[in-house]
Amino acid sequence: MSKSIKVNLITGRSLAQGRTKELGKLSEEYLNTVAVCEFNPDDLKKVGISPGQNVKIVTNFGDVIVKAIEAKQLLESGVAFMPYGPWAEFVINPETHGTGMPSYKGIEATIEPAQNEKVLTIEEIVKILLRK
Amino acid sequence: MSVKNHSNVICTVCGCCCDNLEVEVKGNDITKVKKNCAMSLSKFMNFNKERNLYPMIRNRNKLSEASFNDAIDRSASILSKAKYPILYGWSLTSCEATEIGVELADYLGGVMDNTTGTCHGPGILGIQDVGESTCTLGQIRNRADLIIYWGSNPVHAHPLHMVRYSAMSKGKYRKGRKDRKVIVVDVRKTDTAKIADHFLIIKQGEDYELLSALTSAVKDNEFEHREVSGVPVERIEEIADMMVNCDFGIIFFGLGLTMSVGKHRNIDMALSLVRELNKRTKFLIMPMRGHFNVTGANHVTAWQTGFPYAVDLSKGYPEYNPGETSAVDILLRDECDASLVVASDPISNFPTQAARNMVKNPLISIDPHQTPTTLCSDVVIPSAHVGLETGGSVYRMDGVVLDAKKVVNPPKDIRTDVEILNAILKQVKRMKG
Repeated sequence: MSKSIKVNLITGRSLAQGRTKELGKLSEEYLNTVAVCEFNPDDLKKVGISPGQNVKIVTNFGDVIVKAIEAKQLLESGVAFMPYGPWAEFVINPETHGTGMPSYKGIEATIEPAQNEKVLTIEEIVKILLRK
Repeated sequence: MSVKNHSNVICTVCGCCCDNLEVEVKGNDITKVKKNCAMSLSKFMNFNKERNLYPMIRNRNKLSEASFNDAIDRSASILSKAKYPILYGWSLTSCEATEIGVELADYLGGVMDNTTGTCHGPGILGIQDVGESTCTLGQIRNRADLIIYWGSNPVHAHPLHMVRYSAMSKGKYRKGRKDRKVIVVDVRKTDTAKIADHFLIIKQGEDYELLSALTSAVKDNEFEHREVSGVPVERIEEIADMMVNCDFGIIFFGLGLTMSVGKHRNIDMALSLVRELNKRTKFLIMPMRGHFNVTGANHVTAWQTGFPYAVDLSKGYPEYNPGETSAVDILLRDECDASLVVASDPISNFPTQAARNMVKNPLISIDPHQTPTTLCSDVVIPSAHVGLETGGSVYRMDGVVLDAKKVVNPPKDIRTDVEILNAILKQVKRMKG
């Protein structure tokens, strides 16, 4: 049975993201490696989805649909990881605490199953941002 | 077709700036790269994908091809009319381009900021608070016997760092991996942690507490608690002993420290730990800088204004107060009325609220590639790749200056950042009188 869970969301660099950004940010490879969120396998089971299915990440600052994958670098249960990029920006905490640095790590997030919802493409994100 | 082999080419991807790449060029195409990592191979073999090949100006919500002169005129007009423009980016271009950027920001009375704000800005604030005991990467290779990566995952973010400069490097006095101990501190078991001698998994957001506990252990203080940040006290004492008893140690810190709660205070504590260690042995610390010339952007901005990033020149003199004068904060407060972005993609890397405010005002971008930032811009001026299609000075993460090489010609009519910025500056001076 599927349900939502709460996680501590961190964002960061991944080698795949570093490689695919050089292939082009409009490329399918970039979308496939950056519009993702990594989980501990137990957390995926709790949400009731399989690796490769979409999830909705909701924080106090926004929400975004991305593909859920099993963490390649072991994550403790209750911690989720997203690569830096336009998808993570929808949900990070913009508060800089007087330093100029937004809070890209340690964001309280809710994960919901979203098998039937689509991941936004870069072109769709640009359209949203250009809406006056 | 002529074949030319270039040796000792500077890699223009991450802050390691590896200076030993071998590049084969046939005609004007790169056909082979050696001594590369996955990221540099990807860049050197694919840098012509998704290029901007002609200047563009937005008309009726659509970007259309324009002449170079029209794009320069439009850019200069936007910037001349703006009351509080932000000039942002600079970490993927040369020091020479940043130098012109500072002059332009000064002339306009704008804000000169680079990507440090969303990278190692808190590290710089910490260094300004406490001071830094540091060195070059060559010294680490030759002498370091204890290497600590804290909140940093070089296997993914700086793939050759461990091979060329630290754990696996062959130095004069430390011949390789067996002569060094490696400790990794992280919230997940990263690929870097997998090759460490000691891995401390800590609770996310509790770096400050662990750094403080280690400082206390180095001072031989007794603990009242059984664990700190999820690490048992016995383990903390063991690591502190290793630090005190090494001959030449270093902490390389990453964004795990600068982006987590505490931010610059985490760095203050790490620097204080290193200061304490220097009473007992030789210990150093260095940020794992991300983009290949973000360090250069800091240095150039600091020579010219006195401050390394987030410099507000609107009052006629430089003012520096990250949190107030930093690009993200200015955008979140919706105070700027135009932006010039050079060699950077803030629309992909700023919080969406800040990106929206950047896009709603006139936006000019200078970039070789199509990115979310160029796609949202009102003026796009394509540029040549620094380190591939044009040379220039770049600073490695440890502050060593290197000369990036030109190995191929840029596409027809594509100018360098230096040429484009000089043209904008000239036109702004003409317009503003």
